[in-house]
Amino acid sequence: MAKIKGAVVVNKERCKGCELCVVACPSQVLALQPTEVNDRGYHYAFMQNPDACIGCASCGLVCPDGCITVYKVKL
Amino acid sequence: MHMDINEIIKPENLVYTKPRLMNDNPMHYCPGCSHGVVHKLIAEVIDEMGIEEETIGIAPVGCAVFAYNYIDIDWIEAAHGRAPAIATAVKRLNPKKMVFTYQGDGDLAAIGTAETIHACNRGENIAIIFINNGIYGMTGGQMAPTTLEGMKTSTCPYGRNVALNGYPLRIAELVERVDGTCYVTRQSVHTPAAIRKAKKAIRLAFENSMAGKGTSMVEIVSTCNSGWKMSPVKANQWMEEHMFAKYPLGDLKNV
Repeated sequence: MAKIKGAVVVNKERCKGCELCVVACPSQVLALQPTEVNDRGYHYAFMQNPDACIGCASCGLVCPDGCITVYKVKL
Repeated sequence: MHMDINEIIKPENLVYTKPRLMNDNPMHYCPGCSHGVVHKLIAEVIDEMGIEEETIGIAPVGCAVFAYNYIDIDWIEAAHGRAPAIATAVKRLNPKKMVFTYQGDGDLAAIGTAETIHACNRGENIAIIFINNGIYGMTGGQMAPTTLEGMKTSTCPYGRNVALNGYPLRIAELVERVDGTCYVTRQSVHTPAAIRKAKKAIRLAFENSMAGKGTSMVEIVSTCNSGWKMSPVKANQWMEEHMFAKYPLGDLKNV
């Protein structure tokens, strides 16, 4: 079976830490930064578990601010 | 198998990114607001249809008043509730253009009810994107005509009382009954699947405007997590549990 690997890039200055991407992810890849904040004081999203990403782009679809770019490769 | 993340992040592997027509201005919407998702869908649909130069959007009064700052197309900002009237003029004078209004429930369902119903009844060839979150978001969460029975807002802190305030107004059901509308649907943007469906609905509405078939209305049941005093995630759950009972999703009319 072809394996799929994905990667998510979050525009951390644009992110408002709404957590919708964290909930939408089917593989529990994303989380909000527990302590770090961006210039506007939001706990931005990041890939906590990058190896689990399948590049389904659910996070990108639900992001209200268009902060998320998704990449995918077939191995 | 471990793979270095920099080997995946290459232009040829791109599957999703911010729409080209959405610019880099930081949006003023609250974290988790549905407006952002709908803005993205509109930008994507216009880009995919290749009608960037043919599109004129009419912005409302309400939170989306600054929509023209975020999507790089031509916009006109209308007085409160008057977007369908402005859109009527724009479309009649420029029949080749794709004209849509983008309105919230305070704008469309309250002060703009007459404009909306008469534009629909005249069958103006415009698309109306109606964001229904059951509350006046921008002014601080007051009761709107669409506020659910028993729902607490800053002007009905004990919950909407039907005997005092009347029933929640279902605009999509109203305009479905007038003869000028060709497409009336109700969608939401709380899950990836719902977002894909909402995008198809917006595309059909825009195509109807270009084809001159009549008025299309896409109602999007949305959240206002600040006005509802909830987290964005909780607001989506609350919407599924409460809003969809009064505002069921699906096509009401498609002729």
